[in-house]
Amino acid sequence: MTIMQKLFGATAALALTAGAALADPALIFDLGGKFDKSFNESAFTGAQRWAEETGGSYNEVELQSDAQREQALRRFAENGNNPIVMAGFSFATPLTEVAADYPDTKFVIIDGVVEAPNVRSVIFSEHEGSYLVGMLAALASETGTVGFIGGMDIPLIRKFGCGYAQGAVAVNPDATVIANMTGTTPAAWNDPVRGSELTLAQIGQGADVVYAAAGGTGVGVLQTAADEDILSIGVDANQNYLHPGEVLTSMLKRVDNAVYDAFTDGADVETGLNVMGVASGGVGYALDEYNADLITPEMQAAVDEAAAAIAAGDLMVHDYTSDESCPAINF
Amino acid sequence: MDRMPRWADVILIPLISLILAALLSALVILFIGESPIEAIKLMISGALGSTYGWGYTLYYATNFMFTGLAVSVAFHARMFNIGGEGQALLGGLGVAVVLVYIPWPHWTIALLAATASAAAFGAAWAALPAYLQARRGSHIVITTIMFNFIAAALLNWALVGPMKAPGQEPATVSFPEATNLPTLHDIFGIIGIDWSRAAPANVSLFVAIAACVAVWALIWRTRLGYEIRAFGYSEPAARYAGISPFKIIMVAMLISGGLAGCMAINNVQGEAERLVLNAAEGAGFIGIAVALMGRSHPLGVFLAALLFGFLYQGGAELALWMNIQRELIVVIQALVILFTGALDNMIRMPLEKIFLAARRKSPPPPGPDRKSTSAEAAE
Repeated sequence: MTIMQKLFGATAALALTAGAALADPALIFDLGGKFDKSFNESAFTGAQRWAEETGGSYNEVELQSDAQREQALRRFAENGNNPIVMAGFSFATPLTEVAADYPDTKFVIIDGVVEAPNVRSVIFSEHEGSYLVGMLAALASETGTVGFIGGMDIPLIRKFGCGYAQGAVAVNPDATVIANMTGTTPAAWNDPVRGSELTLAQIGQGADVVYAAAGGTGVGVLQTAADEDILSIGVDANQNYLHPGEVLTSMLKRVDNAVYDAFTDGADVETGLNVMGVASGGVGYALDEYNADLITPEMQAAVDEAAAAIAAGDLMVHDYTSDESCPAINF
Repeated sequence: MDRMPRWADVILIPLISLILAALLSALVILFIGESPIEAIKLMISGALGSTYGWGYTLYYATNFMFTGLAVSVAFHARMFNIGGEGQALLGGLGVAVVLVYIPWPHWTIALLAATASAAAFGAAWAALPAYLQARRGSHIVITTIMFNFIAAALLNWALVGPMKAPGQEPATVSFPEATNLPTLHDIFGIIGIDWSRAAPANVSLFVAIAACVAVWALIWRTRLGYEIRAFGYSEPAARYAGISPFKIIMVAMLISGGLAGCMAINNVQGEAERLVLNAAEGAGFIGIAVALMGRSHPLGVFLAALLFGFLYQGGAELALWMNIQRELIVVIQALVILFTGALDNMIRMPLEKIFLAARRKSPPPPGPDRKSTSAEAAE
């Protein structure tokens, strides 16, 4: 045995023991950043909840570029972090490559699907949750016109808009749904000024409820809606508190639960596809003290009935991403 | 011109700027309650301490070499091309069009075709602003930056629409296996060096180095390069000498756009192996800083690109293992750009005074001094 081999052996042994002692989970945020008041922040909330309840610690990183996706995955895997949770569909391709190289590490991808024995893919049925808030929008609207403001124009966001339009048309077949996207670059996720302009434009076209599925841009949408005395609908996290009495509801996407569950299960996290829909409480609409006066018992009954039907499989909401088309609206 | 010796101009000034930027960054890190010494150690070991770190550093550096050269070439004609970002995005489209729709038998031919296509797409994207500048006098800074947005919109249309792969993501399908470029792991493996398999640096690094040499030869060893420089120093003089301003603006901008487009063989064909949205990730803008810091000389661009590669990879390691937010890493990178690019005169002017004062005390011998001035004038 040469000295080099001994050295390598020693480092390998060290790495192994370090890994065993360290088995902390890790969380990788997408390019939007940790504090986006929306998707990433929801993931962060879940991780924090786990850390506070268990007293455990975890590694985390905010990415700056696409090339760092694979890098962060490999670095955490080599560091012995387990499981490694990543928020965002853009991780699907790098993870497909990396997962095979670290068979003993568990990976959890949120919003994307990777088929590998050590990967859990968590996807949300945003179209179902959007359908429910679409119903509420049409029920609350007096003009019969409701608006949708998306962030960046990608299939995932069209999925939100498509579900929303279906819900609105379901309760009011004559309802008009206006849809606008904020932009075509990732900057569209964080452009509250443009969100505000779009809201004003939709109000000009008669909309009196607007649904923002636009990350940080939504802050501007909600603000303008409150200023102009129309109703708005938040997304991902519960945003009802931002403007009490002015936000009709929020479409909840429980990314925090997905992270929390993965961290709690630790290295034993169950792999495979995990669809979080209305049935499993992964998506839904928010009802709290801030919007209690806006949702009448009739509205709540109608939506809860639809939710039960979706959960039971009696009501199928069309998923835009399944065939890239939408029966209720043209984008 | 002879206020300072040349070595002070090309080495001392950037070095002092860097040290100042590092000191200020250290203060920033101290201010948020982390140890600057730990941070610098981590950056150096993370970016240069292993073949893995080098692999990432060189990957980023390759991007910056292409965009830095692009800005340099245009700058020699006094064209401030800040559209490198859009041209690099279009280069990515060029690479994707060639690799997705044509089956290539081997990566070598695929690389040639992809390089040609990337350069053609990048050059085409620079052609319109160049034409508007040359014929209509529309300022190149305004038009090129506007074209960045148009490029982003065009790419988005292509990736959400006709070129999108099935599934969630707005991206093309992965390029066929045969077109994947060998990474440094594969290349150094041949001569028995065990290079990290994970790092994305690939054969396009050598294309970038070749481009540095080619740009040097073009600017200082060809008639066209002479014309570009002459035009850059003085348009009326160049016109008087029979140089067509239209031709020089067009040619310089086409070469510039082509070089920026070529970046796509590194990040699109080499790293991602498919075209994703926003593939250039700001490298087009970093190219401006690289060209400024490298004094628009290919060797300077090469070194500055390595430095920025180090900053990128070192910054990534900081984000991974220290409690430093990514905004602060951008602050550190921005400080380096600020000191080396924008605050050049802050260092230069006092330094020139020091050299002048030193020279007055001991007047240099007349012989070599004359020789050096004539050599500089010839350059």
